[in-house]
Amino acid sequence: MEPRPIILTVNGRTHQVALKPNVTLLHALRDLGYTDVKNGCEKGDCGACTVLLNGKAVNSCLVLAWQADGAQITTAAGLGTVDHPHPIQEALADSGGIQCGFCTPGIVVAAKALLDRNPDPTEEEIREAISGNLCRCTGYSLIIEGIKAAAARLAGGER
Amino acid sequence: MLPEFELLMPRSLPEALEMLAGSAPDVLPIAGGTNLIPDMRGGRYRPGLLLNVAGLPELCAIRREEEWLVIGGGVTIADLLDDPLVAQHAPVLREAARMLASPLVRNRATVAGNLANASPAADTAPPLLVLDAEVELASRGESRRVPLREFFVHVRRTVRRPDELITTIRIPLPPAGSSARFFKVALRNADAIAVVNGAVRVDRDGAGRCQGARIALGAVAPTPIRVPEAEAALEGQWLTPEVIARAARLAAEAARPIDDLRGSAAYRQHVTAVMVRRALAEHGTRNTE
Repeated sequence: MEPRPIILTVNGRTHQVALKPNVTLLHALRDLGYTDVKNGCEKGDCGACTVLLNGKAVNSCLVLAWQADGAQITTAAGLGTVDHPHPIQEALADSGGIQCGFCTPGIVVAAKALLDRNPDPTEEEIREAISGNLCRCTGYSLIIEGIKAAAARLAGGER
Repeated sequence: MLPEFELLMPRSLPEALEMLAGSAPDVLPIAGGTNLIPDMRGGRYRPGLLLNVAGLPELCAIRREEEWLVIGGGVTIADLLDDPLVAQHAPVLREAARMLASPLVRNRATVAGNLANASPAADTAPPLLVLDAEVELASRGESRRVPLREFFVHVRRTVRRPDELITTIRIPLPPAGSSARFFKVALRNADAIAVVNGAVRVDRDGAGRCQGARIALGAVAPTPIRVPEAEAALEGQWLTPEVIARAARLAAEAARPIDDLRGSAAYRQHVTAVMVRRALAEHGTRNTE
């Protein structure tokens, strides 16, 4: 089981790393310092490790790093920072859709994938889009309100 | 951390088949990995060698070939939801795709993987069974087509040989007057494994009478099954409430469910009758429109 060099472009920054074949994208990203990608269940149930892989929201715990060789990856931290949050991040915070915060990066990325494809989603479509992301604090209602508010802010011309 | 394994990364289908031939039987193909990776982590599978087929260019298309809808072995569940040919010719498969796992999983999981994994609860199996789908299995220098009905052997066992890959899933275009419905009962509405799932297809003649029917059930037997006894009870009949009730009862009687953490055998049998009845009743309603 020899390491092999692969290229991961994360939030616009290119990394060349030598990894063994059994390393998942989740671990590769966290080892590179992208600890906003959370390690929850490691079996595709919780969505805490959600990233955009070539624009599509996936569980990074279910992708082998070698399978992502050459791919463009976006994490929640790539969408915005504390000083310059993305409207989705801002709206989730304003709505109270964040409590412990562990699910939040995954929710933000899932919401980004939804709004990229569907800028004006119904509540049903929002619920479906985050159905792979578990939150144990909020009961989801305020997350859904936050994503609705984000859609409205984005439609209003912010970013 | 996952157990250790080697990973082959072919760049084309011929290269993949060559590598499979050279490594069989101790090799497992991996595409979306949405079943295989948790199963490796949980210890169900300990393959020493995996072969990556995700993204192989030859396997990614959905196309029409004469009277067939042909779905490539690398097509994801999300691809099914976006594809106009699937919406037009196999809407029942689209319904199932929408209920399979979560959007995150659907972006990686493939139709071929859902079949090859051979879970009794595979959501794409019942619709593909009622559509008379065939699985195309290719190995170095040859390929064969197997009706999906003969593909599943037992829980997590299929007729696929270790040197074979599912290259396409082929669906004969249903005739005019054919319609089908998918159903799924699970512990919640999204991202859940079926307690019972199934599909019901009714082909009507010009007058609206049922010429032929197909009913497939999942999670009630070691493999997804067709229930010919129930189908026969619909053939040549008007779908009256009595005819529908009888077919639903026969479908439930054909089910051989087990008790597990998602539901008891008795519940599964009961809910099978309810869901088959409802799915058929929807056909009945549409008949009279």
